[in-house]
Amino acid sequence: MTLHLKMDDRDDRYRLDDMVQGLVGTATDRPEGKLKVSGKASYAMDALPDDVCHGVLVRATITHGKLRNMDTEAVKVLPGIRTVITGKRMLRNPAQGMAGKAPIQGSDDIAYFGQPIALVVADTLEQARHGALVLRLELEAKGDAVVNPHDPEASVEKPKTEQVLIGDLDEAMKKAAFTVDQHYTTPGHSSAAMEPHASVAHWHGDSVTLRGSYQMLAYNRAELADALGISEKNVRILAPYVGGGFGAKLGISPEAVAAALASKELGVPVAVSMTRQQVFETTMRRSETNQRIRLAADGNGLLTGIGHEALVSNLPGEDFSEPVTQATRFLYRGENREIVHKIARVHRTCAGSVRAPGEAVGLTVLEIAMDELAEKAGIDPVELRKKNIPDQDPTDQIPFSSHTLAEALDEGARRFGWDKRNPKPRATRDGEWFVGIGMASAVRVNMLIESQARVTLSADGRAMIETDMTDIGTGTYAILGQIAGEMLGLPMEDVETRLGDTEFPPASGSGGSFGAASNGTAVMLGCEEIRRQLCKKLDCQDSDMTLKGGYAIVGNKRIALREVLDGDTLVGEGHVQPGKAEKKVRQATYGSYFAEVGVNSVTGETRLRRMLGVFAAGRILNAKTARSQCLGGMTFGIGMALTEELIHDRRDGHLVNHDFAEYHLPVNADVPQIEVVLLEERDEWANPLQAKGIGELGICGAAASIVNAIYNACGVRVRQLPATLDKVIDGLDEPA
Amino acid sequence: MKTTLTVNGQLRHLDADPRTTLLDALRNHLNLTGSKKGCDHGQCGACTVIVNGRRINSCLSLACMHDSDEVVTIEGLGTPEHLSALQQAFVSHDGFQCGFCTPGQICSATAMLDEVEAGWPSHVSADVTAKQDLTVEEISERMSGNLCRCSAYPNIVDAIMDVAGSAKR
Repeated sequence: MTLHLKMDDRDDRYRLDDMVQGLVGTATDRPEGKLKVSGKASYAMDALPDDVCHGVLVRATITHGKLRNMDTEAVKVLPGIRTVITGKRMLRNPAQGMAGKAPIQGSDDIAYFGQPIALVVADTLEQARHGALVLRLELEAKGDAVVNPHDPEASVEKPKTEQVLIGDLDEAMKKAAFTVDQHYTTPGHSSAAMEPHASVAHWHGDSVTLRGSYQMLAYNRAELADALGISEKNVRILAPYVGGGFGAKLGISPEAVAAALASKELGVPVAVSMTRQQVFETTMRRSETNQRIRLAADGNGLLTGIGHEALVSNLPGEDFSEPVTQATRFLYRGENREIVHKIARVHRTCAGSVRAPGEAVGLTVLEIAMDELAEKAGIDPVELRKKNIPDQDPTDQIPFSSHTLAEALDEGARRFGWDKRNPKPRATRDGEWFVGIGMASAVRVNMLIESQARVTLSADGRAMIETDMTDIGTGTYAILGQIAGEMLGLPMEDVETRLGDTEFPPASGSGGSFGAASNGTAVMLGCEEIRRQLCKKLDCQDSDMTLKGGYAIVGNKRIALREVLDGDTLVGEGHVQPGKAEKKVRQATYGSYFAEVGVNSVTGETRLRRMLGVFAAGRILNAKTARSQCLGGMTFGIGMALTEELIHDRRDGHLVNHDFAEYHLPVNADVPQIEVVLLEERDEWANPLQAKGIGELGICGAAASIVNAIYNACGVRVRQLPATLDKVIDGLDEPA
Repeated sequence: MKTTLTVNGQLRHLDADPRTTLLDALRNHLNLTGSKKGCDHGQCGACTVIVNGRRINSCLSLACMHDSDEVVTIEGLGTPEHLSALQQAFVSHDGFQCGFCTPGQICSATAMLDEVEAGWPSHVSADVTAKQDLTVEEISERMSGNLCRCSAYPNIVDAIMDVAGSAKR
């Protein structure tokens, strides 16, 4: 039986608080942890069949044009080469998240430098790699490909739904006591998950099984089927372990389709793993952004107007555009509001979701601007934010489901020792280092996505969860087990969680911070259905039944579940869908960041010394994995603030820094022992768990706290991220 | 090309293309898939294994260069049933999330502790001749060849701190 819920209204039953197993919320270790630390967790390329062939992608070396021919015969004579795959089904770029259909296909039309156009397949990886290196392509370049968003030749779109115009911002700016009107830029970013995109395809008759590194299997199945021109029924995708995603693995990508095509032709399994350089160039990048912020405030620092304009870019034919201004709609008050969103069509690597699309870069810039306003108005940055928290969503005029920003700001300020901050830049020195502290608000929209799961309580009293959900490091194995254990009164070791197989009920997948709450709700509903069946067996009401430690307690009787089941196996399916709740209230997660940096007075180099994040995301399902998600988000913020930057060649748009030697992720020495504090919260509007997403919150605005700390340290305001030493050092000569 | 090497205490015979890296030999020929390929360029550390007692990036080394060498991979440090102390500490401190860089981190940390014990200084050591205390700063510096995009760095440092100084690793 399926228990179905459409989230049309609040759920104030607080069911999890009725339970007594004591699992949800605790800092339980990841159940799959022992496999991961011993090298036994099996990722996409870790279970190659014996007869597997290896494929290596070959890519375009022009920016825009046509593939006229390729000398496959010269390659096919090399030792071990089995075939060269190309043609109309090859993917131009990965599918966007939740597309559910193939992206633009075909290897004849080239739209960006690095586009995959062929796959060389051989008996061994070494042979395939050599074949790919020597395959000669006949390419015809079209001149004048637009590669820069600022190129006057670039076609620029202004999607209607993204624009906001309320009141008169120009007038508000004229009348304001204090204003900020500044331009900012953020560069492109790469998700750079440690596991490269990889797929192993194997056909059995008309059906293909693909073992891949993907985040959203139900959607990926539809995308792969569409790309291959076969029915979804004939596609199975397996992804039991995924070595990170951060948005880059939301949609099916070129290596999957190429592997499937090659396997079909050869009748043997084919494995294709992208090289690191291919991951950078042919999977999603976060768009660079050009932003303008206008803030108008009265004499008390109350905002009367906010303007946020953004220019982002993407390939022609792609509907995704980085939703830079999404949180500006509701974060701060101000009766005059203007949001302008533009997208330029350029021939660069496809732009798509990278951890927290929108707020990651949009909020960061807004929070730098708020620091500038605080400075101008002579108001403490924490106070400025607190006094500008609106009573309701000022754009959509709907109430907030719950709101914790003020609490997060106060808690963070108290713990970090904010009261000791000297607001004057260059006031603190430590040897040759200027020392400063800064802060920023965190906010991320909250979403619920349709999701299903099956829970089976077998006669031996053990439970099993099955769903095509993924664990991309987010802690899914842990939190689903905890939810089921809590609802059914079972210890963690009596719950088995099976993920990453499209034979299981379709889940939300991992993305947009919605996985835990959406799929967790489906598991909870499945458990509620099993509880209903247990009540039937026990002839009692649910409210009279307590489940704990493998026993059912009704009245003064305590009966082992095995006895209650009496040889039966109970199955409960849960199915949740978003409903009217998301339109009735504004749901979001909030937090605050506090950072201390040292800026070297000789070199301009910034080193992060201390960092604190305080976050509220509804009910925390696992204190350990939730904290780790926040650590990860904040570290993305460190990278965004100080080192990460995709650099495109100005002539042909090709990605110049396409590996870890040149695209600088934070390393261990760049990350101090960051502190994370999770606030207690319940959000009845979110879902029956009262939990909200936490995977992305930690990146939203994090970089601003560091950039603001740099200003406090040395008086240099960086508006072009990242704040590399060259941007800081010039300002050090000027008087603070 | 024929190569004989000792892997996790067992003599293993390899007949592989001379272009085969040690990493690919371990993964594709010896079925030891614990070592991961994150970049194939020695930039991420996911492929870290211990060769003759020293940690190396196995993607930067050809298998045929390791004839008669002694290789220890993550599989040789412990099993899910019998984890090494460091492996257990990584679980307890959540020293990973997705887990892909983890085998490399743990191999690296295991050898790093030996380096400290042998008195090797690091870039952050104030006195290169003194015995080094294993501070947070020292561990972070010495573990910076192993990237973790999930960024479990603070937890990795805690896990190593937990085990450092104790007899068992």
